[in-house]
Amino acid sequence: MSLIAVVDYGMGNLRSVDKALEHVATSGQRVCVTSDAGEIASAERVVFPGQGAARDCMRELKDRNLIEPVMQAAREKPFLGICMGLQVLMSRSEENDGVDCMDLFKGGVRYFGSELDRDNSEELLKIPHMGWNNVTQTISHPLWHGIKQGSRFYFVHSYFVDPEDEAVVAGETTYEIVFTSAIACDNVFAVQFHPEKSAADGLQLLKNFTQWDGK
Amino acid sequence: MSLAKRIIPCLDVDNGRVVKGVKFVDIRDAGDPVEVARRYDKEGADEITFLDITASSDNRDTIVHVVENVAEEVFIPLTVGGGIRKVEDVRTMLNAGADKVAVNTAAVFNPDFVKEATDRVGSQCIVVAIDAKQVSAQGEPLRWEIFTHGGRKPTGLDAVEWARKMVENGAGEILLTSMDRDGTKIGFDIALTRAIAEAVSVPVIASGGVGNLEHLAEGILEGLADAVLAASIFHFAEYSVHEAKEYMAESGIEVRL
Repeated sequence: MSLIAVVDYGMGNLRSVDKALEHVATSGQRVCVTSDAGEIASAERVVFPGQGAARDCMRELKDRNLIEPVMQAAREKPFLGICMGLQVLMSRSEENDGVDCMDLFKGGVRYFGSELDRDNSEELLKIPHMGWNNVTQTISHPLWHGIKQGSRFYFVHSYFVDPEDEAVVAGETTYEIVFTSAIACDNVFAVQFHPEKSAADGLQLLKNFTQWDGK
Repeated sequence: MSLAKRIIPCLDVDNGRVVKGVKFVDIRDAGDPVEVARRYDKEGADEITFLDITASSDNRDTIVHVVENVAEEVFIPLTVGGGIRKVEDVRTMLNAGADKVAVNTAAVFNPDFVKEATDRVGSQCIVVAIDAKQVSAQGEPLRWEIFTHGGRKPTGLDAVEWARKMVENGAGEILLTSMDRDGTKIGFDIALTRAIAEAVSVPVIASGGVGNLEHLAEGILEGLADAVLAASIFHFAEYSVHEAKEYMAESGIEVRL
């Protein structure tokens, strides 16, 4: 049995990620929600989800000694970050008056509230950015396989990533401003939206991940 | 290309069974929440809300199993409301597979509850349900108050102020129900919806009064809601969720089709 490890660091409900992966995994794959460094190290592929505030996420990762195991996985095996699991891969987040993050990707995490011109917009732009929005695939990638250009995915977030290196951008979304909604680099793919809550297209992305060799 | 307005079918669940009857031809058991949820998902619902109306607290666990079972096979956001009193109840629902939990009476009697809950689980998981009724007389400036116990008990709290306060305390979304319109099928209270939508920075779901597809579109276009919730027009299969979305798209509303 090859193992798909879902990293559990106490931030958010991992049941839906777990169930959605089980739904698409092949019979030779086992999904396990874990905070055990050994299990993460022995997994064939790793999913790094997360919900909540940046400061809490980083604190929990540190308290559980999970930063190095997660970084190690992100260096060597198929790795999927989801929502906060994307944001904490960046250098630094604006949330909670500034939080240093894992710095796997250079760049910051910014607040919609400071970017959107809400007073002059024709629409009431609400924060969090919540609901189904289009994702423009800016590169072709095995994880986009079978998903139509511009498909809608489910988002719920108030902060967005702003990578310095444009070459890592794999998907973009417009919420008055255009922001990066997916990044890809080597064996890492990470998304701002929730594939586990995005119906058929989300399941397709997860299925692609379970079959991806990380190249 | 932008954020879609959402259509959210709502299921009333009593002792683990969907009530108000559903008449889908291809459903074997119209009272089974899993079957109904699966059907709505197939029709393109953007989220599903479960409202637990189980009277006896002895049977409260049934809704937990409902959520567990639905979450195993329906991969869109799920919200659960009804009977949420403690932060522990919120946790239980989230662990069962809910993405968001709607709280109302608990928040009215203990406003700090929303703060406590959002501190623990994050704003994105907490929907504050507001049941409001118009209290201004004809000719007076419009005013609405919060009512509890199915619209029977007034609280004296101004609905717009209350919505603002709940958002300050961390609510990630407002589920707004007009008690004057609920069950009437004559359309949303547009003035109320608009007043709340303009007053708060978080998304607002309009609820109460939907009788046809035009009403859904009005909630978005005139009420400025971010999402519309309806129960009976979908339950009795008068309209499918897909038909509702097509109608909204024709009215110029961005939807996920």
